[in-house]
Amino acid sequence: MIVRRWVEGVDERLDGSSFISRNLRKVFPDHWAFMLGEIALYSFLLLVLTGTFLSFFYLASHQPVTYAGPYQPLQGQTVSAAYDSVMRLSFEVRAGLVMRQMHHWAALVFMAAIIAHLIRVFFTGAFRKPREISWLIGIGLFLSGIGAGFTGYSLPDDALSGAGLRIAYSIILSIPFVGTWLAYLFFGGEFPGPDILNRLLVLHIFIIPLAIFTLLGAHLAVVWHQTHTQFRAPGRTEDTVTGTPVWPKFALKSIGLAFTTFGVIALLGGLFQVNPIWLYGPFVPYSTASPSQPDYYIGWLEGLLRLWPNWEFHVFGHTIGELLLPGLVVPGLVFTILALWPFLEARLSGDHEWHHFAQHPREAPVRSAFGAAGVAFFVVLVLAGGNDVVAKFLGIEVDSFNTILRLALVLGPILSGLVTYWICRDLRDRPLHPLAAPPSVTFRRNAAGGFDEIETEPPVAGHATEEPDRR
Amino acid sequence: MRRATLVAAVSFGAATLAALGLFVVYIAGGQPQVEGALLFVALAGLGAGLMVWATRLMPGIGQVTQARRHAPPPPEEKEAAAEAMAGGVEEMSRRRLLFRLLLGAAGALGLAAIFPVRSLGRAPGASLFRTEWRAGQRLVDVDGNLVTRDTLDVDSFTTVFPEDAVGSGDSQAVLIRVVSGSLQLPADRLVGAPDGYVAYSKICTHAGCALALYLAEVHQLRCPCHQSTFDVLNGARPVYGPAARALPQLPIQIDPDGTMRALSDFTAPVGPSFWDLPP
Repeated sequence: MIVRRWVEGVDERLDGSSFISRNLRKVFPDHWAFMLGEIALYSFLLLVLTGTFLSFFYLASHQPVTYAGPYQPLQGQTVSAAYDSVMRLSFEVRAGLVMRQMHHWAALVFMAAIIAHLIRVFFTGAFRKPREISWLIGIGLFLSGIGAGFTGYSLPDDALSGAGLRIAYSIILSIPFVGTWLAYLFFGGEFPGPDILNRLLVLHIFIIPLAIFTLLGAHLAVVWHQTHTQFRAPGRTEDTVTGTPVWPKFALKSIGLAFTTFGVIALLGGLFQVNPIWLYGPFVPYSTASPSQPDYYIGWLEGLLRLWPNWEFHVFGHTIGELLLPGLVVPGLVFTILALWPFLEARLSGDHEWHHFAQHPREAPVRSAFGAAGVAFFVVLVLAGGNDVVAKFLGIEVDSFNTILRLALVLGPILSGLVTYWICRDLRDRPLHPLAAPPSVTFRRNAAGGFDEIETEPPVAGHATEEPDRR
Repeated sequence: MRRATLVAAVSFGAATLAALGLFVVYIAGGQPQVEGALLFVALAGLGAGLMVWATRLMPGIGQVTQARRHAPPPPEEKEAAAEAMAGGVEEMSRRRLLFRLLLGAAGALGLAAIFPVRSLGRAPGASLFRTEWRAGQRLVDVDGNLVTRDTLDVDSFTTVFPEDAVGSGDSQAVLIRVVSGSLQLPADRLVGAPDGYVAYSKICTHAGCALALYLAEVHQLRCPCHQSTFDVLNGARPVYGPAARALPQLPIQIDPDGTMRALSDFTAPVGPSFWDLPP
């Protein structure tokens, strides 16, 4: 009963027209694909929880110390205080290793969920007017996630993360006019800069999480305000939304999903070793771990660096290095096109209407073709980011594998785009859904006491039956 | 319904037991795999129980259809919003002098706020153009031991530093011994590579990783990061991969007692390209 009085008290103060009941009764459409964004949200919560624990033990210091912990192969070696603190967290702090590995796995799940969510929203056209703002915020979250991941796995100051930082420094160095200054200001001086770990820490545990919190809040608020898209189904229209009320059914289901996500990440963190910095060893500027691969969400950027030709340009006695195009310009273009896609599509198709129905990929063959091309581009580049490991696995030379990858990077997107276009066109033009049940016959008793055979319409492809949009 | 109740009850029960098990494991000293497995049961049990409860045990709450705003706001509403925003700006800009002074003050403050950025790092100056190598510096290895004529066998290599800057990031060099006479360098560069000993910067000119791999059969240095490959016999020119520039050479000489010394700094700035690097 006390709950009842609290709710009434809050409601009275917030809104006369029953703010709380309106929002508790709000409905959310049920579709499994709508969970992907939720998984990203819950992974982020777990990242904050585990990350807070880690931050109590981490020391952002380059100070050399002699390792004297229980991991024998490194005993007596000179390592940085940062590396030492992560080793202590992993081997001496009770529950520390599980927390650390859960944190890393949660980051991998977080980015995977973001990418899957992005792909879902893209292929169903859920970004169309009036939801472009959510799309842009989502791209911001994707970028923030990449930033959070990179700054995070650079913190332990191990051999692998050192190589990543070295490459990042070199990419900044390649920027015309200001690159040298930017690199020196960010790292505090020539690589390895004296202050970089501390700056990465502030970025990783304060600035980027703050950005993610803000963007997530805005993302959820806009989705809540605009209501979800939903797929067409008999009885659904553009001006209604059909689903489960938030309280209690949707909320319980979603909280259940949250705990299941936590549980799966805990299992990964407990049983599957990730980022074993004791195997990589501490960072020293004069050695590189081989093979060196970043996490997959950075791997595609690394793949670009590996496949790009060795083009260097000279203008007016200055040098534009090999890294500028693959390291900054191409990724910048990719993200710009991705961010502007809703506006590009509206411009190209001339469709400036509001849409609350999500589409099936076959309903927009051109968009689906571009989407498939984009996915192929990403997949080839992720493979290229680990070209040495994949080549070894396949038993071929890295050099010949690179040739294959370069071809695949050009042909893969074109082919998958064309094939997708063709499949979507074909599916769209069929009257029947390929998986739909065949027409069936039912019997109905008639007035004379006999039976009439009635052929029932098969369930038709969603887009064909629905009444035209009310615009 | 009864089965769903049972599943949810078992899930919650298992979650409780697993959570209690975590206490025991923690007190016993902790064990990562067991902790992960128990956490999984505790968390996923809770999650599964809740999901079964919501989806199977709430038949009274079915699909609900609600209205949504399905059309853009009427034009006059949009205009009113724009008007409210623009009106405020117009109201302010009517006092032109004040408005301009305000813009000036804000701009000046913005500029002033940029200056602390300068404190973030040292000025680059000429630091990218030189390293710690000076003429006469003796070559030492990672542990600071002098490198001599006898340190290396033919077709092997080691990392060297100037004796005053062991471990230095930009001064790291790789000293390689090849069969005497097999180096194909211009005469002025060959002077700094006596008796088949040749030293190059160890920093890849592509993205700056340390060149950790030496393929002795083909006399190539390879970078583990992006597979840039340099031909050691031929002035460390790039022969494969994304690097465009050759590795700078460190000219060395061998003293009569066998110790090695640098004749000068590297022949070119080390590391990846940057804007001020001359072609």
